[in-house]
Amino acid sequence: MVIGAVDAAAGALGLHVGMALAHAQAMVPDLQIADADPAGDAAALGRLAAWCLRLSPMTAPDTDGVWIDATGCAHLHGGEAAMLDSLLGRLAADGMTARAAIADTPGAAHALARHGAGLVTVVAPGGVTRALDPLPVASLRLAADAVATLRRLGLEQVADLAALPRGPLARRFGAAVLQRLDQAMGRVAEPITPVVPPDMPQARMAFAEPLLTAESFVAVIGALVGQVCTLLERTGLGARHLDLLFERVDGTVTAIRAGTARPSRDARHLGRLLEEQVETIDPGLGVDALRLAVPFAEPLAYVQVANLAAETEADVAMLVDRLSNRLGAGRVWRAAAVESDVPERSVRHVSAVAPPGGAAWPAWPRPARLIHPPQPVQMLSGLPDRPPTAFTWRRHRHHVRRADGPERIAGEWWRRDAEIGAVRDYWQVEVEGGRRFWLYRRGDGNGTESGDLQWFMHGVF
Amino acid sequence: MVRADVLRFGVTQIDQHLPGGGLLNGALHEVAGDGPDVEHGAAAALLLAGLLARRRGPVLWAVMRNDLFAPALAAAGLQPDRVIFAEAGSAVLLVMEEALRHPGLAGVVGEVGRMGLTASRRLQLAAEGSGVTVFALRRFRRAADPALAEPNAAVTRWRVAALPSPPPIPHAPDVPGLARARWRLDLMRCRGGVPATWTVEACDAQGRLALVTEFSDRSAAPAQQRTAG
Repeated sequence: MVIGAVDAAAGALGLHVGMALAHAQAMVPDLQIADADPAGDAAALGRLAAWCLRLSPMTAPDTDGVWIDATGCAHLHGGEAAMLDSLLGRLAADGMTARAAIADTPGAAHALARHGAGLVTVVAPGGVTRALDPLPVASLRLAADAVATLRRLGLEQVADLAALPRGPLARRFGAAVLQRLDQAMGRVAEPITPVVPPDMPQARMAFAEPLLTAESFVAVIGALVGQVCTLLERTGLGARHLDLLFERVDGTVTAIRAGTARPSRDARHLGRLLEEQVETIDPGLGVDALRLAVPFAEPLAYVQVANLAAETEADVAMLVDRLSNRLGAGRVWRAAAVESDVPERSVRHVSAVAPPGGAAWPAWPRPARLIHPPQPVQMLSGLPDRPPTAFTWRRHRHHVRRADGPERIAGEWWRRDAEIGAVRDYWQVEVEGGRRFWLYRRGDGNGTESGDLQWFMHGVF
Repeated sequence: MVRADVLRFGVTQIDQHLPGGGLLNGALHEVAGDGPDVEHGAAAALLLAGLLARRRGPVLWAVMRNDLFAPALAAAGLQPDRVIFAEAGSAVLLVMEEALRHPGLAGVVGEVGRMGLTASRRLQLAAEGSGVTVFALRRFRRAADPALAEPNAAVTRWRVAALPSPPPIPHAPDVPGLARARWRLDLMRCRGGVPATWTVEACDAQGRLALVTEFSDRSAAPAQQRTAG
């Protein structure tokens, strides 16, 4: 019997994969061992792949990992590196150690996730060749005997292999090595077969003749959405995410994803969210099946429409969905007051369908436009406690007619050490002509501990 | 189909001047700052906040740049709870048109630069269809951008300019401080009406405007008149 997997503690004791079990038990007498359970591992990876559907519409379990087609998904999660960081963070919270990589090709991502330098590797578009060059040839998913032969010949790194002429390489090792190399470099397409959890509400339609036009897709979407909404109704759920997968005749799958702010099973609404994105789909030589799946659904109870006002609320949720799908999530929001006197921190974004409420809005005058970051102005000011008399902003000289202030705002030392003792004195000034500006001076004017007395433009009334 | 109801300024002289007695609902109206304020449109934004404060229901506010400061809307009477912001980038016109298909809104505001005749007609038609009032808040980096003067299909076109405000206490002009701001409202174009100009006091906490009469910032007598009225 040999060891199939070790955890971090066992690795630290010098145990490794492939070691004879008797040898390991001799080294560590009270070693905890568990029988390998390949079927259980595969099932768990399948569940993990289904869980990863929250990141992307296309995920699939591998022998020792999970594929995620991150095309067009990263911006919804704050960028590629941020997406992987949060993914690993959530896995770590569940007790799983994981490594992750994003690259142009599945082969390269596979290699970098397993053999890359850090836990998280993000390869910029076009950087695959350079990222793969220093990796060992084993990273290319080659058969064990091919790897052994290559290493015997002194071909240790991917760069060594890539530099060889292709003809002799194919004759010596067969087509498999070249294919893996081409897949990693992006010269050969490598589609992934997306996971479909059986308990997920979904509907699929296959066609004898491949579909090519947007009009035909729209017609099919209408039918699929109707079926899925019936399924959702039976379970009392409403869709939050919808994935529409286009299975093309060449075996590749492309997907579009739509999200809703509140659970919904309004077939017309959900259909329109998907139809808007159909234009972005490249049907290739044709699409022979479409599948609509709901990876994320929430309970949706029947709601009695009590009055007309309630109907309006639902309408706004639909508008929010359509705008969020067009502009990107996080770009449609409502403002909520935060209990902070520092203007930049006094507003936060909340979901556009969040219930109203929260902190009260400040009663002091606040400008209609906040200039962020504040722009420095040249100030002609006499005494620290007197209003400014004239200032230059963007090479334009303004004479102050009237002013109101100062409104003193102290730094929030509990947020940043740099704000201990920091003070801003805000003045609302009216210049010749009548425009009003919001200016502040860094510091209270007595010495420089509270600020360097530089003036800034922070808003326009 | 144009609905008969209107959005009133609440200032008799302005409402009487406008055909229908106010800003037509289900129509496109254009508002812009004046002179150097074309860039920020700050007074124009506050005017819109004050006007929309009188309606009930949610407002969609589509912005190019995210510099609108929500507390100021609250100070002009428009509770930010009611406002859905959409950071639309260059797609403001698209977002406005999309929003106009949803009749539940109290109003749509879009901060746009260029708005050609075709784009503005599309907005006007969409507004007529749903009955939602739509405001184009024009913003340009340059004060005298010729695109601002180009013709468009807006039913009314307004310019809002800041004016010097009077002393906060009329009989003591040396007391420092700021009185309520003053705006000059220029109605540049009005379908079925004629251009006009008014001087108003800026929106208060309920979004109300007040007309400044010719003699109100003279000496004692008008001040008494104001306390009486």
